[in-house]
Amino acid sequence: MDLDAILLQVLNGLDKGSAYALIALGLTLIFGTLGVVNFAHGALFMVGAFCAVSLQKLLTISAITIDETKTDFLGNPLKVKTPYVENWFGEAIGQGIIDWSVPLAILLAIPVMLIIGIVMERGLIKHFYKRPHADQILVTFGLAIVIGEIVKASFGATEIQVPAPEPLSRVTDVGALLGMGDINVTYPTWRLVYFAFAMLVIGVIFAFLRFTTFGMVVRAGMADRETVGLLGIDIDRRFTIMFAIAAVVAGLAGVMYVPIKPPSYELGMQFLVISFVVVVVGGMGSLPGAVSAGFLLGILESFASTNWAKEIIPGIDQIIIYVVAILILLTRPRGLMGRKGVMEE
Amino acid sequence: MAILQVRNVSKRFGGLQALNDVNLSVEEGSVHAIIGPNGAGKSTLLNCFVGRLVPDTGTVMFDGKSLLGIKPHEINQAGVSRVFQTPEIFGDLSLLENVMIPSFAKRDGDFKVNWWPRVDTERDVQQHAEDVLQEIGLYEKRFEIAASMSRGDKRRLEMAMCLSQDPKLLLLDEPTAGMSRADTNATIDLLKRLGETRGLTKVIIEHDMHVVFSLADYISVLAQGTVIAENTPELIKGDPRVKEAYLGTEAE
Amino acid sequence: MFGLSRKDTLLLIFVAIITFAAPILMNPFPTESSLAQFNAGYPDLMQRFVIFGIFAIGFNILFGLTGYLSFGHAAFLGAGSYACVWMFKLLGYNILPGIILSVIVSAIFALAIGYISLRRSGIYFSILTLAFAQMSFALAYSVLGTDMFGLKGGLTNGETGLQVYNSDPQIFHSDSAPDLPHLFGIPMRTTEVVQYGAWEFQFNVGFYFCAVVMLIAFYLSIRIFRSPFGLMLRAVKTNQNRLNYTGVNTKPYALAAFVISGMYAGLAGGLLSAMDPLAGAERMQWTASGEVVLMTILGGAGTLIGPVLGAGLIKYFENIFSKINEGILKGWFEFLPDTLGDAVVWVLYFFTGSGWHLTLGLMFMLVVIFLPGGLVEGAGRLFGIGRRKKKTPASKTQAAE
Repeated sequence: MDLDAILLQVLNGLDKGSAYALIALGLTLIFGTLGVVNFAHGALFMVGAFCAVSLQKLLTISAITIDETKTDFLGNPLKVKTPYVENWFGEAIGQGIIDWSVPLAILLAIPVMLIIGIVMERGLIKHFYKRPHADQILVTFGLAIVIGEIVKASFGATEIQVPAPEPLSRVTDVGALLGMGDINVTYPTWRLVYFAFAMLVIGVIFAFLRFTTFGMVVRAGMADRETVGLLGIDIDRRFTIMFAIAAVVAGLAGVMYVPIKPPSYELGMQFLVISFVVVVVGGMGSLPGAVSAGFLLGILESFASTNWAKEIIPGIDQIIIYVVAILILLTRPRGLMGRKGVMEE
Repeated sequence: MAILQVRNVSKRFGGLQALNDVNLSVEEGSVHAIIGPNGAGKSTLLNCFVGRLVPDTGTVMFDGKSLLGIKPHEINQAGVSRVFQTPEIFGDLSLLENVMIPSFAKRDGDFKVNWWPRVDTERDVQQHAEDVLQEIGLYEKRFEIAASMSRGDKRRLEMAMCLSQDPKLLLLDEPTAGMSRADTNATIDLLKRLGETRGLTKVIIEHDMHVVFSLADYISVLAQGTVIAENTPELIKGDPRVKEAYLGTEAE
Repeated sequence: MFGLSRKDTLLLIFVAIITFAAPILMNPFPTESSLAQFNAGYPDLMQRFVIFGIFAIGFNILFGLTGYLSFGHAAFLGAGSYACVWMFKLLGYNILPGIILSVIVSAIFALAIGYISLRRSGIYFSILTLAFAQMSFALAYSVLGTDMFGLKGGLTNGETGLQVYNSDPQIFHSDSAPDLPHLFGIPMRTTEVVQYGAWEFQFNVGFYFCAVVMLIAFYLSIRIFRSPFGLMLRAVKTNQNRLNYTGVNTKPYALAAFVISGMYAGLAGGLLSAMDPLAGAERMQWTASGEVVLMTILGGAGTLIGPVLGAGLIKYFENIFSKINEGILKGWFEFLPDTLGDAVVWVLYFFTGSGWHLTLGLMFMLVVIFLPGGLVEGAGRLFGIGRRKKKTPASKTQAAE
């Protein structure tokens, strides 16, 4: 493998790794603060993706007008569909809005995910703080099925394509971007955008936890839940907010992932299993662990999918993540950056 | 004859010297108390007896065998039973089952897929468990679920579980911690009675002077990881070093 | 009787009667009546009842007794299925070698996975088993299904699924033996259809074979539950720390339970193939693992009859709910005024037909939220049995002998 090929695989790993990292980050926040194992977290990622799908559908709702001057192939007057947004804002702006529906969906996803997060925590998760982990796993597993099925009933079972904004759906010359002329790699722009977006979200979350009082309490809570509870701080409300934030992070990760992988109702479960593995590899309860393990596994997976790797070990691309997870759990039972005593009976 | 021999045991945790060259020998049939102020290293020492910690240096010999680096179940199989600070019992199971489990462990060893016979046709084990419950005064409650009992009863149950194995050595880790005066006295009486009927060798880690002086034949005083005095209760009471290190602040 | 206590003997006899009479009990509605769609007395459906019953009985030995929640038991179901089809391909269609091999293969498989997974407990254990099952699924689906070692289609034949071809060796196959799964010449597919007035009952050889196997499996599980070994497993669930300090090595106990439950899963997988000689990777998917968890908790984990009950209910509802389509719903609500009827049909439609999984998910949540002890406990509470102190096996007198 030459340098170009290696760089290409790293890039390939970064966008998948970004999604893993964002989901694992939310999972870890929930583990760490609430002490709850949330099997429905992948479903939240999927719901985010369908926020983008819904917005695009909403924006392309069209008025039908009849153009008398033209006829269709049957000789009838031609029906022209014009999206309302084009009628309201003029054709150019209207087209632009529709074209940018994926990034715009962020504005929709934030309030939607906040509400879903709050409702989920207040209505369901709250009652499971004191129940055994097995019950938490089971009830959120059931919820994941329910969310998936509701999406299936509303949007159908097939994958739905929503493209990235046209200016961002081309390829970027990575060599030029990095200022290295001798690297000859082009890469889809949107995937680079996704990586940048993920870094931004991760940065915001870490800054929030580090520099705000709220974040300080949360970190203290992750270190020692019982003591913080004894301080008389209103932990309940903070738990709700933390859960909602985790939901928003998963949702945003889903929104922006739509142009990379067209979502279907099964998307949640596909990512959930891997995200759990990511959390375990990173170390239960460790935020930096979750993020770095997300990227690490994403990149490993992408290298394992090259023909070069598959020739050495057939099928390695399918199992690499699990193999790594098993090896890490056996050699470093607490994961790469895990602390003692988190989630152990 | 000494059944438990601790020689030159030291243990460090980072910068803290938890145990420093501890020597101890427990005579067979005696009740040996280990006392000392908080942080003296009592729990660390106990954990060295049961395989939870391995000392940095030194030896712990029990009945001619080394106890270092072997697992808790192996130490139990060698004849050491343990009573915890907060009673550790099988909360979901009945009292009778709670006592039958250690009896099975004593009879069948640390692992046996004994899946064909029924628990209630294992007459020998069941009879034995009932006898022990009778002895400890819980026979009437033998079908109750363990978790539903009072703390005092849980402690007695745990004692029954240990006794059913007929151990060569019984370790008691603050057996009256958190108990009311009445429960404490009841526990003291129980232990005295068992001492008379069974002649068990016991090591008691204890805080409460009242308990220690009621039960012990011999006392070792631990302070800052070192044994500063050991003698019979009467002589320990008068020892100025002990007073200074320990009783000085808590003497009644 | 059979070395069981009186109560357990009665339970076993009760289950046996219900099982053997299932072809009649499951078809309570005349063939021509509009309620016939609620009948469940079809051979393939009844086979599923008992086969998944075996799966759940085995799962309960692990989860119900030791409390270890495995999310990867479908891997053993799948391994058993493949093993059985391989015996068909190599030896011929007699189902005995296939079923024996599926139990052996899944035992070895469970020993390996269990040995590693049991080094961790709690949620880590669940995630490890899930990861192993997903890995097995991915392998069976892709790389093990490609040509290897001169085998066309590899070990699993990938997406198509493993099946028997005319070109397969089938060395013990004779011309007199049927060309489909059979037991010493009696084809599994043979069905005796009995007409009784307006009713029709189907007595199927495969079903009765599976039913006998299930009853044996159930009997063995009762023995395990009531044995000192079972008592140790319950102690593992309650307090591992105390058990260690009681001189018991807890790891081999948990591993033994894991392997036994893996063998039950493998047996179920083998029977699935014996009824229909086709094994696909989807049997290993996490949804299948989740299903057996649901069966067990719905019926009542840790109870004897719970898993059998749960398996039957889930498979029954799966069949009925997924059969109901818009037309049938419309038929039911004809008596309602049009708009109201349409609304009701529209709502119910989400839960039936292809929406069956929605009902399943909701059931899952409702059971965990409101009835963590499952239906058995719920029924107990309903009849006031729950208020009495739980009686322990040792508490019963020797009247049974």
